[in-house]
Amino acid sequence: MARIKSSIESPLVPMPSGAYIPERDLDKLPVLEARHLGIDFGGLTAVDDFNLVIGRTEIAGLIGPNGAGKTTVFNLLTKVYQPTRGTIMVDGKDTAGMSTVQVSKLGVARTFQNIRLFSNLSVEDNVKLGMHNQIKYGMFRGILRLPSYWKQERIAHERAMELLSIFDMQDMAEKKAGSLPYGAQRRLEIVRALGTNPNLLLLDEPAAGMNPSETAELMENIIKIRDTFQIAIMLIEHDMNLVMGICEGICVLNFGKVIAKGTPADIQSNPVVIEAYLGRKKEA
Amino acid sequence: MEFLSYLISGISLGSVYAIIALGYTMVYGIAKMLNFAHGDVIMVGGYISLLSMTALGLPWPVAVLLAMLVCTVLGVIIEGLAYRPLRSAPSLAVLITAIGVSYFLQNSAQLLWGASPMSYTPIVSGSVQMFGGRLSISYVSLLTIAMCIVIMAGLTLFTGKSKLGKAMRACSEDKGAAQLMGINVNLTISLTFAIGSALAAIAGVLLCSFNTSLMPTTGSMPGIKAFTAAVFGGIGSIPGAFLGGILLGIIESLAKAYISTQLANSIVFAVLIITLLVRPAGLLGKYVPEKV
Amino acid sequence: MSKIIRLGKNRSIALTKTRVMDFATYLGVIIAFAVVTAMGSAGMLTRSFSGQLVPICCYIVMAISLNLTVGILGELSLGHAGFMSVGAFSGVIAAMSLQGAIPSDPLRLGIAMAVGAAFAALAGLIVGVPVLRLRGDYLAIVTLAFGEIIKELINCLIVGYDENGLHIVFNATGTKSVADLGLTESGIAIIKGAQGATGTDMIASFTGGFVLIMISLIIVLNLVRSRSGRAIMALRDNRIAAESVGINVTKYKLMAFVTSAALAGAAGALYGLNFSNLAASKFNFNTSILILVFVVLGGLGNIWGSIIAATVLTILPEALRGFEDYRMLAYAIVLILVMLATNNPQLKELFSKPVRSLKSQLSGGAKKGGAAGGQN
Repeated sequence: MARIKSSIESPLVPMPSGAYIPERDLDKLPVLEARHLGIDFGGLTAVDDFNLVIGRTEIAGLIGPNGAGKTTVFNLLTKVYQPTRGTIMVDGKDTAGMSTVQVSKLGVARTFQNIRLFSNLSVEDNVKLGMHNQIKYGMFRGILRLPSYWKQERIAHERAMELLSIFDMQDMAEKKAGSLPYGAQRRLEIVRALGTNPNLLLLDEPAAGMNPSETAELMENIIKIRDTFQIAIMLIEHDMNLVMGICEGICVLNFGKVIAKGTPADIQSNPVVIEAYLGRKKEA
Repeated sequence: MEFLSYLISGISLGSVYAIIALGYTMVYGIAKMLNFAHGDVIMVGGYISLLSMTALGLPWPVAVLLAMLVCTVLGVIIEGLAYRPLRSAPSLAVLITAIGVSYFLQNSAQLLWGASPMSYTPIVSGSVQMFGGRLSISYVSLLTIAMCIVIMAGLTLFTGKSKLGKAMRACSEDKGAAQLMGINVNLTISLTFAIGSALAAIAGVLLCSFNTSLMPTTGSMPGIKAFTAAVFGGIGSIPGAFLGGILLGIIESLAKAYISTQLANSIVFAVLIITLLVRPAGLLGKYVPEKV
Repeated sequence: MSKIIRLGKNRSIALTKTRVMDFATYLGVIIAFAVVTAMGSAGMLTRSFSGQLVPICCYIVMAISLNLTVGILGELSLGHAGFMSVGAFSGVIAAMSLQGAIPSDPLRLGIAMAVGAAFAALAGLIVGVPVLRLRGDYLAIVTLAFGEIIKELINCLIVGYDENGLHIVFNATGTKSVADLGLTESGIAIIKGAQGATGTDMIASFTGGFVLIMISLIIVLNLVRSRSGRAIMALRDNRIAAESVGINVTKYKLMAFVTSAALAGAAGALYGLNFSNLAASKFNFNTSILILVFVVLGGLGNIWGSIIAATVLTILPEALRGFEDYRMLAYAIVLILVMLATNNPQLKELFSKPVRSLKSQLSGGAKKGGAAGGQN
């Protein structure tokens, strides 16, 4: 599986906690650190003892068979669910008791497995909604249309167009988000998430439903986003070409537990991972 | 002793609410719609029973059966003509249609039978005296409570044991899957409306026997209150509707007696609001969080 | 951070469809006001029609404001008349108490509407905080419940005014009367319990109604096109996604709900000051439903549609007075048929052809209008 070249490639190095992060990020505070994270749903343990460190500019992968708890991890990191156990540190800050909105303000943005756009609003408005907390004027200024309204809206418009240009979507700005083709909706979700000016971008199956050439383009764009914005990206994906092609560190989840961590090469040759995906060679 | 008599009248009023709420809750459970016309089916039931007793001179059991028959047919027609074409429409469109049907029934009744109240002779009269006449319970009360228990038990058995009842529960969980299992969804929904409307007819007779009067808007407020009762108990749940109805009746009766006649409805609604804040799906309802 | 490919100067925010619609809405209201006023001064309006002008304005504002909750925020409210009621009675109290202090009728009307809006906003806040935590039909039934509670509470109010200030008695047991207010000789009873407001000085005017409509339009349309309005619509479209981009759900839900209540309150004050006698039972569940019907028939989120629907559906029943017995029946049937025609897939297909050709003709016209508007 071919790896896509990035301008800032560096080898993974082990951390004291057993996690790996790229060498170039070692002297910086990790963007995310999860310790002993776990959640139970009415007695059923969905995720248990999940530990992870993500470097400042790392592209990390979270993989595992269906139902392994990958999306649940995203929901824990973004506080859609409050964890039953463990801590999540974003930029070195403990997020205990924080809401989704607060975590978003700390710089964690995400996309959704089943696309969640504001489908009756225009593409541009979707991006501007991503930028909601960057646009600084309140209800009354908006209603009275004071000069600050015009100024901020103009800046927001330009920035939205700039962000849309990552995926060459400027021409679609006035279209209803719900009317876009599937692939464009997935891309718009990424653009909207980028609008929040994140430090960590969580992508939940970004390539789902895309054909190989669209996926190849997406891979390049993910690298481009990391390189230009200098942010960390963590993605859940079933397309192994994508995962092995762009992720630096990979974490494998099965039945809510981490079963392997390491570089793409480590993971591909790890017998535990192969077993989780393909089952045991000899059934007892 | 005074308290006991208020309590009993509360329970019997609550039984009427419960019977109406059962119809509401079944329809909501399966069609996921607020059928605001349900209260007006009660009113139609009241008129049919009254007219068959006075104009046709039928004995009351026959009159009640006739009212049930007419309301059942009416319910099925309403469902088929007004609601079925909107099965995939937004819920607000269905709600407005239900309101249209409610207006239609009220105004038709007004054209047919006039706007002024008619006096309604209770189907049974008299009362039992207890504790040396210090506590008197009317036969209507007793009949209402008995009817409510019988209906509740019957419905529980029906939905739990019978094939049709199971089909109803399947449709309320997942219409698509039910259809794939060979259940005729449209027929099942019609059946639900039929049962709900038949219950509304019984409720109409009992309600009018309490109020001893009847007019085209008779069903509106009890309809809204019964709906409140259904939500209170957890909409979609049959025991919930029963519990909600009885509790609502008791609260209303006691509030009228001890707090304020003017504010009795407010107190009922306030209890509903507080309950929903503590238990967002009602007393016996299941709260299903949105899946991400 | 902005290392990405710079766009060419795409500064001019195009004259989009929505902007044209907004402009047309303002223009339409102004023209309608001008025409009706001219006709009125030329004596071309019937008595019953001129009597309806203020109520029509009230219902238009009610529909616009409910559209903010139902169409733009996406939460079903069945108790909107409750806020109208709060506004009506607080507005009447304000106007009657200030009779001596402020002799100018239009100014007093303005203050009454502001007071009505403020009290209704307060009521909206009190109702909204608990209610907006619920979802869907549960929220609907609780707004209905609040509407009924507000009605009963106002039914128990007895209010009077004299030189010592306002006198308020809460008649929960039904035993109190105006005598319990302890008014001096020069005092006036403004609200008499279940009887409601009596002897109100009718200072409401069509011009006042027009101004209120314009203010409501500016508030709602500008809100929708602003950062806050986008956030409100985002909640409607996808609450979970909205939270994920850092939008505070409670804040924006309350913003929409309270704004909507405040506008309803102002409309209520105007309504209250248009009748010498007004009981709280006027603002019941049926009134809430009536306004909801305006909103749904006019189109969810479509402000222009709300205005048209409120106007037509207020005039029509009055115009059909001759068919007293059948008009409400006809109304019910029309309501059902419209819902079926607009929401049933097969019937929609049947109607879509003529509507589409009509639309294409209309949009051609709108483009021309838009270009003209841009030059102004």
